[in-house]
Amino acid sequence: MKMTIEIPGVLTTVQDEGRYGYMEYGVRTGGAMDQDSFHAANRIVGNEENAAELEMTLMGITAVFDGDGVIALTGADMKAQLDGVPVERYAAVRVRSGQRLSMRMAGSGCRAYLAVSGGIAVPKVMGSSSTDVKCRLGGLEGRALQAGDVLETGSTGGSTEEKTGKALSVRPEKYGHSAHVRVVEGPQADWFSEEAREKFFHEIYHVSAESDRMGMRLDGAPVESLHGMDIVSDGIAFGSIQITKSGMPIVMMADHQTTGGYAKIGTVCSFDLPKLAQLRPGDTVQFERVSVEEAQALYLHPQERKRTKPLALAIGNGGGEETTSRRHRFQKYNYYYRHGDLR
Amino acid sequence: MKIYPVGDMALSVDFGNVISEKVNEEVMQLEHTLQEEKIPGILEMLPSYRALLVRYDPAQLSYALLSEKIGKAQGEKGSGENHSSRKIIRLIPCCYGGKYGEDLKGMEALTGLSEKEIIEIHSGTDYKIYMLGFLPGFVYLGGMDERIAAPRLDVPRVVIPAGSVGIGGKQTGVYPIASPGGWRLIGSTPVRFYNPSAEKPILCSAGEYIRFVPVSESSYEKIAADVAAGPYRAEIANS
Repeated sequence: MKMTIEIPGVLTTVQDEGRYGYMEYGVRTGGAMDQDSFHAANRIVGNEENAAELEMTLMGITAVFDGDGVIALTGADMKAQLDGVPVERYAAVRVRSGQRLSMRMAGSGCRAYLAVSGGIAVPKVMGSSSTDVKCRLGGLEGRALQAGDVLETGSTGGSTEEKTGKALSVRPEKYGHSAHVRVVEGPQADWFSEEAREKFFHEIYHVSAESDRMGMRLDGAPVESLHGMDIVSDGIAFGSIQITKSGMPIVMMADHQTTGGYAKIGTVCSFDLPKLAQLRPGDTVQFERVSVEEAQALYLHPQERKRTKPLALAIGNGGGEETTSRRHRFQKYNYYYRHGDLR
Repeated sequence: MKIYPVGDMALSVDFGNVISEKVNEEVMQLEHTLQEEKIPGILEMLPSYRALLVRYDPAQLSYALLSEKIGKAQGEKGSGENHSSRKIIRLIPCCYGGKYGEDLKGMEALTGLSEKEIIEIHSGTDYKIYMLGFLPGFVYLGGMDERIAAPRLDVPRVVIPAGSVGIGGKQTGVYPIASPGGWRLIGSTPVRFYNPSAEKPILCSAGEYIRFVPVSESSYEKIAADVAAGPYRAEIANS
């Protein structure tokens, strides 16, 4: 199947789980901003979990299909229609040659994902299909999609069956205008007084319009540091919260640089990053302090995440289907697997 | 050495908020030890000036368990042991001045040295790669002689071509891809620090050294042709 892009939207890029194994060389991991919606779409169409999809920001694409296939839309609701008929989200939808998918502005949320059966076929760069627009690598010629682009889909994997997400226990997400996210303090929490940290965890921050795939800039009360903001550069993770010279936090998102020289008060937990990825400028964020032990227990027990305060949890025991798939998911990135030393 | 959590999926082993060869060597040593240990659940590692970032899978490894393993690995390491018995020095051909280093002439007034002296000083040092970051293949080098330090340009260039060798403050480095930037360009290398289609896409690793070797415009162009054709490999000197 092929897809011809008629209207590319604001920022539509090819993304997968990210480019693992090259951060020590200055290569950004990138990948889908909202990994949960990304994985849901691949599951629904029956793709392998890391198959490349389209990530659309605030506004969706209009595209015409050449050939038959199955698609799924997850994440932000961009009012998709197929030849004028509304398309159910979080469901496998059959598309036929000549049909036109048209989407509009997101009604809620910020990023939508489109999976096609077989995945989007682009050459892999350093093991990944993800587009790094800043460094012009990966995806389609290292750039965002433009009108007239033709995307091919892969021939392997994917299902031709129509089914709804309910059958796979994948429920559509609803997005509000605020997010409550959990943060583990460090690695430079001691650059801030307990009083400053307390204030940081009480403040309600607004998402600035200058936010992008590299970082989410926040506005609110400045965070004061004890020793200035400049540190000797160290490594950065997806979710690291830098405090800049003005005292404003920036949450490092998928396309963050690998190293940086601002003090980092804490790191947003991996399982709460999808919530941040769906916020838009003007929406609000509040941070909750959790210990690393609580964070890892919540990682392993997704069913406990809805509670405001985690109950006493058994650490180390797996919890349910999602954890099993996550365990499987990251094993392929294990350092020693990749270096061929598995005995 | 202190260990800090970096969220639920990474941790940082910190050796101190300084730029020093000794601290960086401790970072590199720990990375080497952990590579040898082959701990299941470690996804990847990123050595920087002063810390080792370890990304791991909490479904395979908890923070407490990994911290304990790191503490133990660090403790067992003999004090005299050193992984870098073989020092890798990459010889990087560099054409200084002229059209390949537009700002070299202007450096004379800033440093009080002649072009020739600047070239001699710049190519007379083996620079340690403390870390990579900022762009794919961008090396942070230590050890530049302060006599050739010069402030960044007041107005940064919109595009600096890949391969440009520059000086910004007390630092020197090579632009691996075309990028905007404010460093003063003193030369250019035809060697690719970043080539996404190569088997090894990034030329250098942290812990290695770089030595710039002055070449004429004609040999620059010859090497550039070899690089484009594929057979060229930057030489390595061992010491």
